[in-house]
Amino acid sequence: MTSSMLFNITTFAYMISMIIFFAFLAGRNKSLGLAGSYTAYAGFVVQTVAIGLRWKESYDIGVGHAPMSNLYESIVFFSWTIILLFAYIDIRYKYRVVGAFVVPFALLGMAWAQLGMKAGIEPLVPALQSNWLLYHVITCFLGYAAFAVACGISIMYLIKASVGETDKASPAGGLMSIFPPLKILDDLNYRAIMIGFPLLTLGIITGAAWANYAWGTYWSWDPKETWSLIVWFVYAAFLHARITKGWVGKRAAWLSIIGFAATIFCYLGVNLILSGLHSYGGTKM
Amino acid sequence: MNQDIFCRNIFIRRGITLATTERSFVEKVWDFFCSLKLTLFLLISLALTSIIGTVLPQGQLPPEYLAQISPTKLQVYSKLGFFDMYHSWWFITLLYVFSLNLISCSIKRLPHVFKFVTEPTLVLAESMRNSFSLRKEITFPGAIEKGRDRLTEFLGSEFSAPIVTEHNGEYHLFAQKTAWCRLGVYVVHFSILVIFVGAIIGSLSGYKGFVSIVEGTRISSVEGRNGQSIPLGFEVLCEKFDVEFYKTGAPKEFRSILTVLENGQPVPGFTKVKVIVNDPLSYKGITFYQSSYGQASEGSEHYFTATPRAGGVPEKIVAREGALITLKDGTKFKLLEATQEVREFAPGFSGPAARIEVTPKGAAPQVFVSFKNFPEMNAMRGDALIFGYEGTNAKMYTGLQVAKDPGVWVVWLGCTLMLIGLYIAFFMSHKRIWLVISKGHARMYGNASKNQAAFEMMFDTISEKFKQLKI
Ligand code: HEM
Repeated sequence: MTSSMLFNITTFAYMISMIIFFAFLAGRNKSLGLAGSYTAYAGFVVQTVAIGLRWKESYDIGVGHAPMSNLYESIVFFSWTIILLFAYIDIRYKYRVVGAFVVPFALLGMAWAQLGMKAGIEPLVPALQSNWLLYHVITCFLGYAAFAVACGISIMYLIKASVGETDKASPAGGLMSIFPPLKILDDLNYRAIMIGFPLLTLGIITGAAWANYAWGTYWSWDPKETWSLIVWFVYAAFLHARITKGWVGKRAAWLSIIGFAATIFCYLGVNLILSGLHSYGGTKM
Repeated sequence: MNQDIFCRNIFIRRGITLATTERSFVEKVWDFFCSLKLTLFLLISLALTSIIGTVLPQGQLPPEYLAQISPTKLQVYSKLGFFDMYHSWWFITLLYVFSLNLISCSIKRLPHVFKFVTEPTLVLAESMRNSFSLRKEITFPGAIEKGRDRLTEFLGSEFSAPIVTEHNGEYHLFAQKTAWCRLGVYVVHFSILVIFVGAIIGSLSGYKGFVSIVEGTRISSVEGRNGQSIPLGFEVLCEKFDVEFYKTGAPKEFRSILTVLENGQPVPGFTKVKVIVNDPLSYKGITFYQSSYGQASEGSEHYFTATPRAGGVPEKIVAREGALITLKDGTKFKLLEATQEVREFAPGFSGPAARIEVTPKGAAPQVFVSFKNFPEMNAMRGDALIFGYEGTNAKMYTGLQVAKDPGVWVVWLGCTLMLIGLYIAFFMSHKRIWLVISKGHARMYGNASKNQAAFEMMFDTISEKFKQLKI
């Protein structure tokens, strides 16, 4: 059994989970929701084993390092953290239906990694040989995952806010009846960002500490750094908007979605569209 | 959900008094800088404008960029400072206004929050009682004083010791936990200013520079960003430089061995220090980071052999880069470039190699690579002479990034404060319980500044015991 096979199983499990969740949305059958969650958790367990196995495999071929050093490995880890946070919401707050809007993000990540990316284990170039890499990647991606969850919840909010009122008329309560109430969605959005924001802050700080340690400047306004700051500004705006009147509800949901779009750009857009000295495995030594 | 009516009431009331009185210009300016709308505007403006610098090149513009941009665009962008936007007047102004906003807001609110923490609402007015979602009522037959004493003890053991106030024939018990966590937000805001101070210290009294040191030589100054020479006050000697590779040919380690010298003498503890990427050398507040390397080829000699294919004594050649040499048989020989590690240029090969130009008598010049470790490759060319590269007396040089930043500790202090502040602001909660005791019955109210759900469970547990209480 290789890690790569296990990652394929993971991807498959997340796909099944998503399909079940969509069926749950359509049919509102409680046991479907449960099945959706359990499939996602099964995938999660397999993925955890696979990440550990990949770690071991890297030592077996003599270039041992934590599996978080290139785009492929980071996106796999990103998927993993998304499901981790989904589990937290599911178990802690019992809002299983959130899965229908969060698991697809994890699936997207895994599918892209498995189908579109080189999965080989590469040795670490000197620039990446640092424990800071590990701290930096873990904190950033936990933060990103929290924002992904917040984005999923915000989409639910906007759907419910626009459809919910008309749907109430139907006797069965309609599709919206399994969505948590708007107030709860708004609060969950806030909670997810409350987890994500300190983690992003920590991610930026560990990145700055690493940069300072590796080449003597904690901040050099390179595109990756700047975009992480942009994301930080957007979520800071989100937090302050809640204190000002009139910026809760729909507007907060939109800010959360914009924040996640900026997050994705920071993560992928900067690497794929803008080039910087930060690009994974870049030329800077 | 997390709104705290009491905390905000203060501000609202204050806002009304200001609005109804005649406001001077100064007050208007003050209000402008205190407003949260300004905060939102600034945060969003900073986010949006920051994008410019990630799309346009910053600093020295590459020729390819200059070639494709129209002159008017170039002029407009330059005028607006877009090519060094994070240091442009308008971006710095945004940051100043941001700091002012932060400071004014804190000055305005902090005293109220302080008062709110140190002088809590001990008496729960009738009008306030309705706003609580968490409440519980019990009746008891005994005397009101007995109820007061019993409930004071109860609240003290179940939650936290209450303050007892008598008011209009009722007793008000007030107890709270972690009231100071209301200050967490201000720790976060203060930390931002601390980071700014650290950055300013760094830019005023620090510098960034670069130096390259040839193996076996020493330097006493480095080159600053603008090309000026900055004396170090001590010397740095490069003993050796090495590159190590993975089997795949990717670089594994760049390693300089450095020694710090004071008055020409090695400094104990700073002798033969290994400096690699991600592991710099710091001495007297100045840090040296491994950043590049190369061969100091100027003036150095490279050694070759030219062996006749037919057999015979190899001819030894001593060459310098670029110089033309005529061999015994009239062949012209020129060394174009040499490297001590060819791996990056020719995957699958390793070790020293040289690119040479050979012009046999009466023939056209040919350019090819001669390897030190692969003589069979050299022999595969079918010419009359086989050229072998034997090596060089050239030295390597190490390229070091040099930084002095006395503000960096202030920045880390600010970052630590920020993380602590965020933790307090988000994950700690100010919990309060009031008990209003009248003749024959007692009512309990509670609220929390954060994490209402957790407090609700706590309140439920307490009110369950409250219900069972025998007075
Ligand atoms: C011009 C800049 C800023 C001003 C004037 C400002 C002002 C404020 C004010 C008035 C509050 C409400 C405090 C209360 O609830 O009593 C607040 C909350 C907060 N601020 Fe700022 N702020 C600024 C920038 C920032 C930035 C850049 C951060 C980034 C870390 C930040 C982090 C927070 C946090 C975490 C809260 C708590 C929000 C919550 O509890 O949901 N602030 N800010």
